[in-house]
Amino acid sequence: MSKFKKKANTSQDIPTSALPDIIFMLLFFFMVTTVLREVTINVKQRIPEATQLRKLERKSLVSYLYVGEPKKTDQWGSEPRIQANDVFIEPKDVVLWVSQEKDKLNEVERDQITIALKVDKDAKRGLISDIELQLRKANARKLLYSTIQEVPQ
Amino acid sequence: MARNKGRKNPEINSSSMADIAFLLLIFFLVTTTIANDKGLLIPLPPDPDQMEDIDIKIPERNLFKIQINSADKMLVEGEPFTADTKEIKQMIKDFVNNNGRDPLSSDNPKKAIVSLKTDRGTTQAKFIEVLDNVQAAYYEMYADRAGVTNKQWRKIIDNLKEPDNKRLYDIGRGVKDGEVEFPMNISIAEPTKIGG
Repeated sequence: MSKFKKKANTSQDIPTSALPDIIFMLLFFFMVTTVLREVTINVKQRIPEATQLRKLERKSLVSYLYVGEPKKTDQWGSEPRIQANDVFIEPKDVVLWVSQEKDKLNEVERDQITIALKVDKDAKRGLISDIELQLRKANARKLLYSTIQEVPQ
Repeated sequence: MARNKGRKNPEINSSSMADIAFLLLIFFLVTTTIANDKGLLIPLPPDPDQMEDIDIKIPERNLFKIQINSADKMLVEGEPFTADTKEIKQMIKDFVNNNGRDPLSSDNPKKAIVSLKTDRGTTQAKFIEVLDNVQAAYYEMYADRAGVTNKQWRKIIDNLKEPDNKRLYDIGRGVKDGEVEFPMNISIAEPTKIGG
């Protein structure tokens, strides 16, 4: 029996001195990848899923429009609305908004502006096509429907 | 130096360092929204006010018509379509690659047009689902021509600054004398107002 009772002389502690370093590494990763949200989104956003996603290379050329049912339905009603920056706009205001967004870009890059439409699943095509028509008028002709990657079943 | 005699090595207790780092980590975890800049990219046609009103006659055989009504029900080539939307992909591939064999299908890829028409009451979800499958059909055909996978193809066309990518892009679209032999002709028509 005494054979089995013999204990090894080594310490059984797991060295934890590297733990802060590991945590710091995670911390730096999140600090670097974080994009603090600039606008508060006031519309419902259930983004549809798709498989054929394209990635935008130049983020500085992208401007976002959010479309969906307002979160505060008692104040804004339940019809889907368009949100640009922090305000609700009407389809006819899109041209003005695009020109403001274009002014933020370099002169040579202005025609490359991409509009990312973040549209709620339940929004209707009628409203979206009104926006598309205004975008055509504003000569912002690269359009991205934001979607998330569909997980294959 | 004599003053230090008998004292222990001064050390800062760093055992709580991990806790501090954890706090910061959790803060950033909570505030992070990983930017989602992915989606279906489509080019829009020019301003309708500046386009000349030319009545172009497109032969019926070169049009692949998909219609969606306000109840999200589909008509494909005039027939009610109740199967899985994914089956549209193969139908479009057959239609585009017909090259005049079937007299009811397209003449050649260059003339083939996929027309997508919705109602004002169609939901965006349904529209995205159909558009996704239409684009999938085209991307897969391009990828086959360029000898890559669909995923690689989409990566290639997202980064056309690389000369190698540009070359594959031209192969996939069949560029000949500056003309594209295999264009992605997806026409998104203005919605009807029937079932608003």
